[in-house]
Amino acid sequence: MFKMTPTILKNFLTEKATRLYPFEIREPYAHVRGELVNNSETCNFCGICAAKCPSQCIKVDKKSATWECEPFECVYCGICVDACPQESLSQKELYRKPSAERQHIIIKGEIRPEKPDAPVA
Amino acid sequence: MQEAIQKTVQRTTIPFGPQHPVLPEPVHLKITVEDEIIKEVVPALGFVHRGLEKLIDIRDFHQMIQVVERVCGICSMIHAMCYVHGIEELMKIEVPPRAKYLRVIWSELHRIHSHLLWLGLFADSFGFESVFMQFWRIREKILNIDEATTGNRIIVSVNVVGGVRKDLSQDQMRWILDELDQIEQMTTQLESTLFEDYTVKKRTIGKGLLPSRQAVELGIVGPTLRASGVAQDMRQLGYAAFKELDFEPVTENNCDCWARCRVRYREVLQSIDLIRQAISKIPAGEINVKVKGRPQGEVITRVEQPRGELLYYIKANGSKNLDRLRIRTPTFANIPALFTMLPGMWLSDVPVIVLSIDPCISCTER
Repeated sequence: MFKMTPTILKNFLTEKATRLYPFEIREPYAHVRGELVNNSETCNFCGICAAKCPSQCIKVDKKSATWECEPFECVYCGICVDACPQESLSQKELYRKPSAERQHIIIKGEIRPEKPDAPVA
Repeated sequence: MQEAIQKTVQRTTIPFGPQHPVLPEPVHLKITVEDEIIKEVVPALGFVHRGLEKLIDIRDFHQMIQVVERVCGICSMIHAMCYVHGIEELMKIEVPPRAKYLRVIWSELHRIHSHLLWLGLFADSFGFESVFMQFWRIREKILNIDEATTGNRIIVSVNVVGGVRKDLSQDQMRWILDELDQIEQMTTQLESTLFEDYTVKKRTIGKGLLPSRQAVELGIVGPTLRASGVAQDMRQLGYAAFKELDFEPVTENNCDCWARCRVRYREVLQSIDLIRQAISKIPAGEINVKVKGRPQGEVITRVEQPRGELLYYIKANGSKNLDRLRIRTPTFANIPALFTMLPGMWLSDVPVIVLSIDPCISCTER
């Protein structure tokens, strides 16, 4: 009947299993897949991330150089980060804060002139 | 006189679920009782159907990995592993040996945390809340390992067609082994409470009997079948790196709720041992191979989920979208066991018996 008692007594002497969040926050582990960020300076708006995204939350328009993301639809799988040829996409080590309002992230880059066609020999 | 009283007792139908304090899953049971003894059970499902299989129409076969991971939150990695095994078989891809071992490590970590979650919920079903909290406290360590090694706590998303996305460093493996030592010690501390305590024995021994012959006839799978003394485990097929690891299916012969609890408890320790073996034998090398082309043909793959045999049927036509994806989860196979387990039991035993098959209804309805 008292099989649990030693475990309970031990628990008085060990550290707490829970934290007083948000006053006490644990350091995040390295490489945790948190908030998705895109660097507009390095992004060439190729659209590979939009094609690979399993939740289809990314839209890219190369002509107007815009990168759009619906963070509520993102599942934080990190497939786009792995696929990005420019290494422009990255994930922070902290999760996105909860929000009551729908957010829509739009990143506008510099419209680059299209490369001229190679001269016909 | 006794017969006369019994004749006057009318049958009553009591609804149990889909919203019930002890049930974590939305299953509805129409229970017909005479006095407090159960006479008949009719389950009703379909409350959380999400139509994930239909997503093959708009997601390509690579993107479907992240979709099938969301069939079940508890064993997400094992669903993805079963799916990629099928695609790899269709595309004739040879996965690097290191990736196979890494799949074993993460799938066994998932099995441990699923079983620890279940042991806690099971204790909660007969009102033993302190055991519930102790098991969930241990489970937190596994979730931390998942978060540190893969980047996420539950939906680890490590599988890709042709291997895995993440590797484990030597330091991480050493840390996992240290954590597993602690998990083993903390779990064994609770063994006597769970199996020798008078109250627990009173609530579990002889409840929900499922004789082995009936279990086989009904097509029961997983720990529910092994608790009826049948040594059947899909890991015996030797998928991933299981053929190179030493392991025997855990069986018990009591056929009751106590035996099912015992099987899952012993499987936690068995999985810890399998991870130790995998870490000691893991070869160096690549973790994935480059994949070219598209799958064509049809295939059936089976793996062992914490709840039992998981079956995927994949039909591909050579395009980027699959033709058909059919998922049969272990709970679908285990629900008929309730027809045998529940009649003749007291109404107060229903939560314990229903939880003893480890129902995962969101998994079953996909």
